[in-house]
Amino acid sequence: MNKVMSDKKVIALYITPALFLILALIYVPIVQTGYYGLMKWNGIGEMEFIGLKNYSQLINDPLFWKSALHSFLLALFSALSLIGYLFISIILAGKIKGADLLRKIYLIPMLLASVAIAQLWLKIYHPTNGIINSMLLAIGVDNTPAWLAEPNIALYAIIVPIIWQYAGFYILIYYAALKNIPESLIEAARIDGASPFQIALKIKLPLIMNVIKVTIVLAVVGSLKYFDLIYVMTGGGPNGASEVMASYMYQKAFKGFDFGYASAIGFFLLIICLIVTYLIRKLTETKNDIY
Amino acid sequence: MDTVKATGSPVKIRKQKTNLATNSLLSRSAYTIMYVFLIIVAVFQLFPIVWLFLFSLKNNQEVFNMSPFSLPETPRWENYAKVWTEGNISQYFLNSVVYTVAAVVLTVLLASFVTFALTRMNWKGSKLVLGLFMVGLMIPVHSTLIPLFSTFTSINLIDNPLSIILTYTAFNLPITIMILLGFYEALPREVEEAAVMDGASINRIFFQITLPMTSPVIATAAIINMIYNWNEFVFVNTFISSDVYKTLTVGIQNFIGQYTTDWGAIGATLVISILPILIAFFVLSNRIVEGIAAGSVKG
Repeated sequence: MNKVMSDKKVIALYITPALFLILALIYVPIVQTGYYGLMKWNGIGEMEFIGLKNYSQLINDPLFWKSALHSFLLALFSALSLIGYLFISIILAGKIKGADLLRKIYLIPMLLASVAIAQLWLKIYHPTNGIINSMLLAIGVDNTPAWLAEPNIALYAIIVPIIWQYAGFYILIYYAALKNIPESLIEAARIDGASPFQIALKIKLPLIMNVIKVTIVLAVVGSLKYFDLIYVMTGGGPNGASEVMASYMYQKAFKGFDFGYASAIGFFLLIICLIVTYLIRKLTETKNDIY
Repeated sequence: MDTVKATGSPVKIRKQKTNLATNSLLSRSAYTIMYVFLIIVAVFQLFPIVWLFLFSLKNNQEVFNMSPFSLPETPRWENYAKVWTEGNISQYFLNSVVYTVAAVVLTVLLASFVTFALTRMNWKGSKLVLGLFMVGLMIPVHSTLIPLFSTFTSINLIDNPLSIILTYTAFNLPITIMILLGFYEALPREVEEAAVMDGASINRIFFQITLPMTSPVIATAAIINMIYNWNEFVFVNTFISSDVYKTLTVGIQNFIGQYTTDWGAIGATLVISILPILIAFFVLSNRIVEGIAAGSVKG
């Protein structure tokens, strides 16, 4: 048995293709990104080694910090929206008729391409014919905003469809976790006279804390590298008002042909994602994890 | 519980009863309020998509002169015929199907190999290899984009479907292995042991015994992969420049750029692009829900 199941040749044969792909297409590129970040390079011509210049330029680039701030705002709102998703899931996981159907309806936006969602919401936000402004006009609001063209609103106008898009995903995760809680625990608390609110706060939440931690990491890291909707809906505009780190990197590389600088942004993004993942895991670490 | 009630004093029992009565009255109205709330959320989630379908059946005159909530006077299915034949939508559609299927097959097969070797076979370094795949989940696609672009350019894979299929596969391997892992660990070892006793080779065990046993989780993993690949945007937008190789997500982006004012055509294009996923969801919703849950919670 052991001899067959530890055949080195077979193991190598089974592991190598997949390992080669992730090394060649994920791990080597992230090292290269850090290396390119040390170069002055337009993507086609010769590379010129300039040391840490790109990185020091990055630290002094107000546009980059603006985009980083927008990324963090997006992460903050995404993390806050988890509270709402959790609330909905707790109701849904109570004994409610049609919970399965509702949960599936919530999930639908998550299945659709971000590009299609972006085009759809461009129409929803359309200044004259969109749903929102039509409704505002109908209730007598005259100065309807051009949502995506207003520097003070554009970023928030994009955050709404992002929250819409991911609602079903997080509700599904919480719902699955809540359904895993043994019924006897909740029944016992109910007999002891705990209110539904107390049961949710004192029993359900602690029991699914691990899942909540995972969703916080997913929401925050996902927000930091978010790109699709922003690229299609505003392209980072108006005037950088909705630029995030990934869109700023993309613009520097594939519109500005400043591949060295864009690589420095890409490397910074990688480091931030890894640090934030680590920090959230550390900060939300509890002494007695239940499972 | 019954014994507690039986031994309790009569007063206590009565008190409990009134409590229960008010509770049920309270909970009934609370139930209604919560239900209404859940339905409002459902409408918010669904309405934009219904509205998209509505305006895909209108002409511009209906879109611009009538309420956005009105139904189309006569459903204009010709919008669909028009966008399907004009432009390259049918070509984009075909490309999306080919890339999606090729990458899904490759990903699921390679991930099955890896998961089999990780969970069923004994070797040093399996922890390290698993770690490499799992850390891959954390790495932002954008941090790899420039090197991939320059590497593909230098080996002539830029503007080549292979670059797309290979990157989809590489970036979906970690999540796919994660989905497969739990299932493989729960598989009983007896069948494999018996096969070894009978002198079956390891390849035969994998292809004829283990792989067929994992078909439920393979279906789940394949659907999750399909959704990701069908909707992917950044890689195609960066690596592909010829119209003949573009996918729907990138193609509709260009197509809509040319038709900024024809709302019916835009709506029809978008509906065509989301329809395959919606149909898959209606047919396989339980598997998809399961897969998304399996692919995310364990992290």
